[in-house]
Amino acid sequence: MTGPPPVDGREPAAVTLRGATVRFGARTLWEELDLEIPRGEFVAVLGPNGSGKTTLLRVLLGLQPLDAGEVLVDGHPARRGGEGIGYVPQQKALPEDLPLRARDLVGLGLDGHHLGLGLRGRRERNRRVDAALDAVGAGRYARSPVGRLSGGEQQRLRVAQALVGDPRVLLCDEPLLSLDLAHQRTVSRLIDERRRNAGTAVVFVTHEINPVLPLVDRVLYLVDGRFRFGTPEEVMTSETLSELYRTDVEVLRVRERLVVVGVEESGHHHDAVVPAPGGAAR
Amino acid sequence: MNSPMDATANDVLGKLFSLDGTGDLLAQPFVRNALLAAALLGLVAGVLAPLIVARGMGFAVHGTSELAFTGGAAALLLGVSVSVGAVAGSVLAGLVFGLLGLRQRERDSVIGVVLAFGLGLGVLLLALYPGRASNKFGLLTGSIVSVDSTNLQVLVVVTILVLATMAVIYRPLLFASTDPEVAVARGVPVRLLSPLFAVLIALVTALAVPIVGAILVLSVTIIPGAAAARVTASPVVATVLAVVIAEVALVGGTVLSLAPGLPISGYVATIAFLGYLVCRIIGRARGQVRTG
Repeated sequence: MTGPPPVDGREPAAVTLRGATVRFGARTLWEELDLEIPRGEFVAVLGPNGSGKTTLLRVLLGLQPLDAGEVLVDGHPARRGGEGIGYVPQQKALPEDLPLRARDLVGLGLDGHHLGLGLRGRRERNRRVDAALDAVGAGRYARSPVGRLSGGEQQRLRVAQALVGDPRVLLCDEPLLSLDLAHQRTVSRLIDERRRNAGTAVVFVTHEINPVLPLVDRVLYLVDGRFRFGTPEEVMTSETLSELYRTDVEVLRVRERLVVVGVEESGHHHDAVVPAPGGAAR
Repeated sequence: MNSPMDATANDVLGKLFSLDGTGDLLAQPFVRNALLAAALLGLVAGVLAPLIVARGMGFAVHGTSELAFTGGAAALLLGVSVSVGAVAGSVLAGLVFGLLGLRQRERDSVIGVVLAFGLGLGVLLLALYPGRASNKFGLLTGSIVSVDSTNLQVLVVVTILVLATMAVIYRPLLFASTDPEVAVARGVPVRLLSPLFAVLIALVTALAVPIVGAILVLSVTIIPGAAAARVTASPVVATVLAVVIAEVALVGGTVLSLAPGLPISGYVATIAFLGYLVCRIIGRARGQVRTG
């Protein structure tokens, strides 16, 4: 994996947003968003439903054009199908009769978007898929039908699927949702290892910061078109959040957890980056 | 001890399963054409079937085949080539179904509406057709004599076209069919692949109509895929297995239908169905796919 030539001797930032603005009709989702995420950084994106967390991922994936400003991923303008991006969707149980084995699901993450049969380089492909499966401890069920694996096992495969292509940026859309605590820990540990070992930047959309709080370098908090970007210590304070929400909000630290009081817990949301086409949605 | 009933039953069995003269018939050019056509159809149908099943498109395929029947009936009445009419009807239906909304329920109802109308229209067109009745019946149940060398040439061209297209789009199509959310995120043009695949299905359907008949197109475009899915989750193995089942059903059904001189569609559907049963039993025994 070779990146673009470094400008003035520095590695390009993994993600850069300058003056980024998205509007839906008359409604401005967010505007003048400036953001620079260096390699290896773990950024949590927080905010209530409808604040544009998922839209931010769509922008980085090149699926949603900006109304103003620019977006660079790994030094290049974001574009649909761009290389160097891994994507972990919300955990959703895969249909039991889905005609894929674990290794097929991971393999699609490597070259599923390429045309042709890919008969050349089969050996190298198999090697990379095996390595990705082993890295998440899924080698044991590599040949099992994905639909018959547990939610935790499926989400490990999702991480392997996102990492097999050696991405420089990993985008995660609520990847811990509906996983139990043990699996939440496993999945966040796998993501954390990756960014430490390979310098992959992580953009982690979540409604609940606590499971990943020890890993988070910076937080992007979106509320009603307003935003704050900074370390958890800077952003997750009563003062900052009260300003963002324009109401009295209190942030309490209870043991190692942050508890935000005064705003309605957004709870589980189920906005996907894309609606599943009916063709395969069962 | 032979009651008249047994005698009748034996007669029917004898009529259904007879190989008297099969050897002579196999030497006939028209039989060779039919066998070649069956083999080509088995290849393309087997390649498409697992994806049709994965995308839950069984009903759409059925609707497409009924519209191929409508198109064929219209062509018969107008005095143009039945194949051309069938292709026109099924491609039109395929495009409509391929562009349909995203929700399963909406798709089901629209397909049902179009299918019912198309079938009704087809029956009316056939009733207006003054020619021989066997031509009419052939569209519904298939007929071995309908395969001439012109059909065969078209079949070869379409087979190559469909296989070449599949070779190019197979990976993104599999991605879009099994994991649409991540496929879109990775830039797969899911909305473009859907009508494209529908047109491929329509072409194969239109080819299958003269051979197995509109009513039984499902037997070669669904059953092999459904059967393979019972025993394997590997897309490659499923495709190979579906091709084998489709070939055995189509070629085997053609051979078995020769001596009795009955429509091949019944034989094809029965062999395919037996293949499905065997796969279900194997799948259950191996615990590969849980039954719900």
